Amino acid sequence: MELIDFFWIIVKATIVAVALLSFSNLAVLAERKVSSWIQGRVGPNRTSIPILGAIPVIGTGLTKMGLFQPVADGLKLLLKEDPVPAHVNKFYFFLAPIAAMIPAVTTVAVVPVGQIIENGVAVPLVLADLDIGMLFIFAVSALGVYGMILAGWASNSKYPFLGGIRSSAQMISYELSMGLSILPVFMWSNAPGVESGLSLFSVVQNQQFVWGIIFMPISALLFLVSIFAETNRLPFDMPESESELVAGFNTEYGSFKFGLFFAAEYAHIIVGSGIFAALFLGGWHPLPFNPMGWELQPSGLLGALISMGIFLGKTFFVVFFFIWIRWTLPRFRYDQVMKLGWTMMLPLALVNLIVYAIVFAFIDMN
Amino acid sequence: MVDFLFYLFALITLLGAGSVVLSNNPVNAAMLLIVSFVGTASLFVMLGAYFLAAVQLAVYAGAVIVLFLFIVMLLNVEAAEKVKPKWITISAGLIAGLLMVLGTLKLFKRGDGLTMATLSEVEPVGATTKSFGIELFTTYMLPFQVAGVLLLIAMLGVIFISNRTSKRKEAA
Repeated sequence: MELIDFFWIIVKATIVAVALLSFSNLAVLAERKVSSWIQGRVGPNRTSIPILGAIPVIGTGLTKMGLFQPVADGLKLLLKEDPVPAHVNKFYFFLAPIAAMIPAVTTVAVVPVGQIIENGVAVPLVLADLDIGMLFIFAVSALGVYGMILAGWASNSKYPFLGGIRSSAQMISYELSMGLSILPVFMWSNAPGVESGLSLFSVVQNQQFVWGIIFMPISALLFLVSIFAETNRLPFDMPESESELVAGFNTEYGSFKFGLFFAAEYAHIIVGSGIFAALFLGGWHPLPFNPMGWELQPSGLLGALISMGIFLGKTFFVVFFFIWIRWTLPRFRYDQVMKLGWTMMLPLALVNLIVYAIVFAFIDMN
Repeated sequence: MVDFLFYLFALITLLGAGSVVLSNNPVNAAMLLIVSFVGTASLFVMLGAYFLAAVQLAVYAGAVIVLFLFIVMLLNVEAAEKVKPKWITISAGLIAGLLMVLGTLKLFKRGDGLTMATLSEVEPVGATTKSFGIELFTTYMLPFQVAGVLLLIAMLGVIFISNRTSKRKEAA
């Protein structure tokens, strides 16, 4: 590999990582705004930057929209006192926020955000179009649980510990049904004679005509519920559940270390939403029943930007759905979470897999 | 470059594995085991077996070690006591290690004039997920099924044993 290529890859990776983190910052703002609307409040609308906020229409408008709030939130996290309690295990206490952040930023490498058409061939806009794409996501995101377990254990106090224990059990339980629920999707995209492996790009190209959510609604539902559980969002936020465990696994954390956990949670949500949009919502295909598919997309940069816009739009819709659910449903009890995972989701995922396997076998025979 | 990476990952794997054995703190041991698994996965990647590498991470690093940590934390295992091994354990370990080294050496220096194949000469079976799956479900179907049944037996055994102890507790 030439040095310039190597340099180019690093630049692209940095852009994607920075974009993801900025989006996760905006997702925090979205959470505050949407929760306000749901509860009949206004939400953040006062924070302003001195000169910028005073510009007549634009500045005041941005202030009203709360768009300066993320800056203030970020500064607050940076400037606060950073306590390290005396009873913690220092090494793992510092390692845990990093371990939570890394998988979120790594998995985004294999999520295609759009496509560019070069000479009539669709090329994915993705950092790495791996043959094992989806499996790579599972492998790396499975490591994300260590952030919570280690934080809970290293804090060496009771509530964080309970949070850590809960998260480890919950993650393992829902990983199973998550993996099983999406197998039919890849069975379909790997029709006889197609070498598409587990790449997300080929799954999206397969949904030109029908979106995954339409002919695999149960897979979509199971996968969606599983991402809720894997990202620890309400109604599955057992590791944190502030009414029972103070703040769960991150009770002992403050300042920027807490900020890392916080940003990682939202980065996980955005990546999860992106994967859901790619697997079940047709990725960058604008309409579900569109036989022309990407042939309608203009070639070159303009088409690439349009496809990216469509994909990001769908992703943000799923992010909104995450927030919407959080402020609508109450939290499960812990035993209910376990019962749902093992006695309903897992059998349903297995039956779903077997039924689709039989159906695909019949289709392939004809 | 490839050679350098191989030695780097091999070193990570071996150092990780060695520290697991020597570590007193069970949580440290579990975390070092992850380091060792990541090293192994990197070696798989260098061989072009991406599927195996990802499965190695997802299953071992992502699930098995989480369960280890779960148990270690739940039982609140403190630093293990230094065990003074008996001389018979030490000598058995030494003999086993020696046999492994000898066996590996024998593999490298066999007298039948066969040479080692380089990576590019080997047929890339299992390089893609699809070819891996086809091989697994055709050529290696029997071992695959046997492994499945073995795991089932282990699972049934665990359920039986844990059921028995919980019944005993109820009776007491």
